[in-house]
Amino acid sequence: MLDAIGAPSVDALFADVPEAARLSGLVEGLPLHAPELAVERQLAAMAARNQPAGDRPFFLGCGAYRHHIPASVDHLIQRGEFLTSYTPYQPEIAQGTLQALFEFQTQVARLLGCEVANASMYDGSTACWEAIVMARRITKRGKAVLSAGLHPHYVSVATTMARFTGDRLETALPTLADGAPGDDLARLLAAIDDDTSCVVVQNPNIFGHVADLSDLAAAAHARGALLVAVVTEPVSLGLIRSPGEMGADIVVGEGQALGVGLQFGGPYVGLFACAEKHVRQMPGRLAGETVDAEGRRGFVLTLSTREQHIRREKATSNICTNSGLCALAFSIHLSLLGERGLRDLAALNHGKAVRAAGRLAAVPGVELVNGPFFNEFTLRLPRDARPVVRSLAERGILGGVSVGRLYPEGDGRNRGLVVAVTETVTDEDVAAFADALGEVLA
Amino acid sequence: MQRYFTEDHEWIAVEGDTATVGITDHARTQLGDIVFVELPAAGARVSKGKEAAVVESVKAASDVFAPVSGEVLESNTAIETDPSIVNDAPEGDGWFFKVRLADSGELDGLMDEAAYKAFVSGL
Repeated sequence: MLDAIGAPSVDALFADVPEAARLSGLVEGLPLHAPELAVERQLAAMAARNQPAGDRPFFLGCGAYRHHIPASVDHLIQRGEFLTSYTPYQPEIAQGTLQALFEFQTQVARLLGCEVANASMYDGSTACWEAIVMARRITKRGKAVLSAGLHPHYVSVATTMARFTGDRLETALPTLADGAPGDDLARLLAAIDDDTSCVVVQNPNIFGHVADLSDLAAAAHARGALLVAVVTEPVSLGLIRSPGEMGADIVVGEGQALGVGLQFGGPYVGLFACAEKHVRQMPGRLAGETVDAEGRRGFVLTLSTREQHIRREKATSNICTNSGLCALAFSIHLSLLGERGLRDLAALNHGKAVRAAGRLAAVPGVELVNGPFFNEFTLRLPRDARPVVRSLAERGILGGVSVGRLYPEGDGRNRGLVVAVTETVTDEDVAAFADALGEVLA
Repeated sequence: MQRYFTEDHEWIAVEGDTATVGITDHARTQLGDIVFVELPAAGARVSKGKEAAVVESVKAASDVFAPVSGEVLESNTAIETDPSIVNDAPEGDGWFFKVRLADSGELDGLMDEAAYKAFVSGL
């Protein structure tokens, strides 16, 4: 078979996987042949070395958030009608799936402050990239300016894609002092020119800073560019003005925080919304409301001429699907919360985060970097944060994401520690974290 | 005014160095109800044989190719807001855009009305 496809070896098929991510040699502790029972025991022993988010103080965020998901969400999405249904090309047999997507779109549009939302993307990072190329199509300009506060993984995805599409991306590394589109703002404003398709800014940003995007939106519009806003923590929108209301033309996000769970990093659900005048340039599935031959309310996939199965290589995107089940979980969770519940949940998150920030910043040598924040903030430690995080983990505390994990060294970034505090964090968790941090730094 | 036709089912009406471009009645019939058009902006340059506009019907999305090269002088914004004009009068009020002819020699290879009729009946 290798001969037939012209590959020299099986290993050659994995050439695109980075060397460091490939397994070399045997799986730890496992011989080439062993009884099934022995393999199970060995793998279970390895798995037991994991530190699960659910059974210890947990403060990790940076784009994936641990929230309490009501048990009914999982129960409902596992109904066979939803769990095994395929992409709803045929409205005559897919009304339930289509209506669920329609309700999801309505929720996302209202949450992000836009007129129209699609039936979801793969995740936040791919939604962000799709927004950049959508802005290029609308403006017919080739340069996107990315805020230093945009999640570095989102920047990586965009950079990888741009290698093949020829889009030009202007990026910058954040410093612990800035990161607020407040401080990044001067750079962004200076970079907007007549060749700029869009400015891409995350709110709250990677360090948890919250900003008013209105001035940036106005500056982009004045030069004929669009504002693309990214939201990685949708629960924040229970308290913060939505990017759409602040003037963003395209708003994308990661919907994982509602209904989906951490799930070792995926599958997640990308949110994508925009102004209605741009809908024909939007990627992805769109469910629409209509009436059948007898005038009864019904739902169909609509504006499909944008999509690859009709438009082939001229399609707005090569996405031919959506994160259907995760989108359903998002919708059910948000429906259970309701508007009032979302506001209460957001207030609970913010209150707990403010108290935790105060307690942690009282640890000798530790400073709070942020001004305004939602449920995530950045601490500046007196030394490199990565070994501190490891020492905390040895004490059974998952104490945040060290900035050194996300960026190359420089500007004192490696002293940064990004800490997320959701409703799942107890006062005892915060006390244990603060005490352990004090011990580790002493 | 001289009217020309292409094998891609566009028509071109030439007056002086200005050419008005649209899709033919045959194209409209084949596409079905037209629901959206995307037109080149005034000032844009189009090249003969290259895509210049997009037309979407309930059945398909199709490119409209520029039958001649030149600078776009004007596009028909009326059909952007009301694409049904193209359904009703594809070869009249439903025109797409006007270009300033860069090279009138490009017209030589195009069909006249009689030749286009013969071409369509042979399809």
